[in-house]
Amino acid sequence: MTSDKNIGRPVPRKEGRAKVTGAAAYVDDLRLPDMLYGVTVRSPAPRGRITGVTFGEGIPWDEFTVVAARDIPGANYVALILNDQPYLAETFVNHAEEPVLLLAHPDKYLLEEARRAVRIEVEPVPGVFRLEDSLARTEVVWGEDNVFKTFLVEKGNVDGVWDSAGVVVVEGEYTTGAQEQLYIETNGVIAEASAATGVVVRGSMQCPYYVHKALVKLFDLPEDKIRVIQTETGGGFGGKEEYPSLLAGHAALLAWKSGRPVKMVYDRAEDMLATTKRHPSRTRHRTAVTRDGRLVAMDIDFVVDGGAYATLSSVVLSRGTIHAAGPYHCPNVRIRSRAVATNVPPHGAFRGFGAPQSIFALERQLDRVAAAVGLEPDELRRRNFIKKGETTATGQVIREDVDLGALLDRAFELTDYHAKRERFARENAGARTKRGIGFASFMHGAGFTGSGEKYLQSIVGCEATAEGRIKVLAASTEIGQGTKTVFAQIASDALGIDYETVEVVQPDTADVPNSGPTVASRTCMIVGKLVESAALQIRETLKGAGLLGDAYTTEEFARACAAYVERHGALKTFTQYTQPEGVEWDDERYRGDAYGAYAWAVYVAEVSVDTLTYEARVEDFVAVQEVGRVIHPVLAAGQIEGGVAQGIGWALYENVVWRDGRMANGQMTNYIMPTSADLPPIRVHFFENPYEGGPGGAKGIGELPMDGPAPAILNAVEHATGLRLDHVPLTPEALMDALEPEAVGA
Amino acid sequence: MTDAPGRISVSCTVNGEALTFDAHPFARMLDVLRESLRLTGTKEGCGEGECGACSVLIDGELVNSCLVPAAQAEGARILTVEGVADDERLHAVQQAMIDCGGAQCGICTPGMVLAAVSLLERTPRPTDADIREGLAGNLCRCTGYMKIFDAVVRACER
Repeated sequence: MTSDKNIGRPVPRKEGRAKVTGAAAYVDDLRLPDMLYGVTVRSPAPRGRITGVTFGEGIPWDEFTVVAARDIPGANYVALILNDQPYLAETFVNHAEEPVLLLAHPDKYLLEEARRAVRIEVEPVPGVFRLEDSLARTEVVWGEDNVFKTFLVEKGNVDGVWDSAGVVVVEGEYTTGAQEQLYIETNGVIAEASAATGVVVRGSMQCPYYVHKALVKLFDLPEDKIRVIQTETGGGFGGKEEYPSLLAGHAALLAWKSGRPVKMVYDRAEDMLATTKRHPSRTRHRTAVTRDGRLVAMDIDFVVDGGAYATLSSVVLSRGTIHAAGPYHCPNVRIRSRAVATNVPPHGAFRGFGAPQSIFALERQLDRVAAAVGLEPDELRRRNFIKKGETTATGQVIREDVDLGALLDRAFELTDYHAKRERFARENAGARTKRGIGFASFMHGAGFTGSGEKYLQSIVGCEATAEGRIKVLAASTEIGQGTKTVFAQIASDALGIDYETVEVVQPDTADVPNSGPTVASRTCMIVGKLVESAALQIRETLKGAGLLGDAYTTEEFARACAAYVERHGALKTFTQYTQPEGVEWDDERYRGDAYGAYAWAVYVAEVSVDTLTYEARVEDFVAVQEVGRVIHPVLAAGQIEGGVAQGIGWALYENVVWRDGRMANGQMTNYIMPTSADLPPIRVHFFENPYEGGPGGAKGIGELPMDGPAPAILNAVEHATGLRLDHVPLTPEALMDALEPEAVGA
Repeated sequence: MTDAPGRISVSCTVNGEALTFDAHPFARMLDVLRESLRLTGTKEGCGEGECGACSVLIDGELVNSCLVPAAQAEGARILTVEGVADDERLHAVQQAMIDCGGAQCGICTPGMVLAAVSLLERTPRPTDADIREGLAGNLCRCTGYMKIFDAVVRACER
């Protein structure tokens, strides 16, 4: 007896009360007996040979625990993909802020003085700081050619169409800047470690088993001697995907050497200067289109700047590559992509994971293509929207009933797009403040790319207790998006019991199986489906034992659980991911079913551009999307609104200023994220089209809203001003340069 | 009252309770609350008065406790998030934050709750512009603020 009592309804958030009363315990709220504080001493130079370390005078150094690379018991690398990033630099540094030494002391004020008293001497070696210089190999700073990874996606044959009769060719280049995740809770962990008991780490993180895997290598200990516990996490957005593996290792090394618990919590400046950001990118497009607006060929060159170490760049590149051709049918596509090294702190995961960069380029390019053939931007897209049965760039046949035209119609109706398009164009002449309206249409694949889910083989457990409660056992973390609530909705409906009866266990690698990382819009769709299966197995077991009939109340279900546990002992079920039938992916040729399902969307932005102050503002924003079944309407809308806000920040406000490989504005004072006074109304509308592969029909949702805002906003700015601006963030300085070229001597 | 060397003794009222603590004269109120008094609901987001995660009310004024020296608390009435609910009964703002989805990761929520409480004390029927202005010192990275605005509106309907 499954039910739909909870899915689709705004049930109360599981940890809501703790969060509004201040009772929720984040890592910095915890204090262990006898605890030390830890800090990191970092490289002052972006690249060079370490020639010496000096400990300044006036500090009682004998009271300090000091850890250097030689103190590492196991392997000195962060185990992830290529394992090229050391925990602590030994002889050479590859980016500013690279960790070199660790210090611990009970007094955190003295500790900070001590950190400043250590001098790391570095003999500088020339580095590269820009993607263009890395491609040009002005210096080779990684491997033989600065290239972490390349991909080639080919469909049809793009060569030879360019000179065909009746074809218009349009070229463009688009660039995007780095972006700081800016979770309001900085990175932090507390570690305990000893040879006898192993290593226990508590902290703010998205992926407990990533940390677990990294610590096994760092300490060369068996898996059961490493325990990782997620504490309440104050936002992640990708910024706590891979970085906590490094920080957890640092705290654990200090704990290992000192024999005492060690807390390391970054202050805001350290978090901004040293941790990962969104990859800067450059995309070049060459598009062939017929005079009546049919796409004939897309040749796309996509490059991301990975920073000094490989970390997750290959996977970010992969998602960006696959999304580069968008939700359009085009017979001939070639996408060449590269992730390259520079001497800046490694870039990493950030909501959207490469797709916002390549989609920004495509959706700007298509407005240009439309203009080249004399079509309105929406008409060009309508003529090329992908439909069921057609194939994506990787050759994936779309099996969903996708109707982007309907999403577009709805978005335009909600914004009065056509009337405004016409009215703004008429009224802008001579006006100081120009208005504009623009949009982007796009898709986002849910779950790991290609065969990723097959290799992950995620496991979820369910336990029925003697009290008749259900515990969901998964490593998927609650980071604000609502994991605990959504899993409880899914499990309670699978079992036909009350939502309150289900508890989602706090991720602790000693208690929960590896359900994979909390990334890639996979938690609800992929892991949620496993939650549903594991819950259904509980019911089948109870029925098989003759304890449960076809129809039952929550109380009868509880009695059945109690009876089972009394007779047979603990009732736990586990489900492991298996690839659905018919899903094929070729890792070598990068062809096939890139994702199990896609979310589809059309976002419309209305902007104003003040030609006196050079300020661009978003005045209205409408987000229309199809995400399968909506599990929780309030949480889902909250995901979209929050993602759109981050997208608006990326488009207009959030500018990472680099100086010799170091972030020059690592403060909230001068790295500007949107406040409540900066954002327009964000209006969210869902189309529901249940996806049979997801729990209750759901697809992924988390990353989608990051993809659309930037191109929609810059398309609107072009409509307002006539300016082709192809870089985000579009700062007032950039607008001034474009609006007043004579003022800057151009 | 004799102070320990390099320390000062401060008497104030925190969440209705009169108490005395001693601290370094330049200690931040934030650290006193979190470390000496173990009131960890008040969060540190930036340490420079930009994000509002450490917001508390001092004598009814919304302040960033990371910018307030402990010495300034002498004789003051301080309200932190722990003192907003009436025992088990949540304040209307807290309940509305739950109902409307105003809290996602929750780290800005204590500060946001105090900013909203302060706003409604000053302006019981705020306009949309009042709400945006009243919360503009409190950064939220998760929600895009829309559901927080909804929560403030819901709270003043109660």
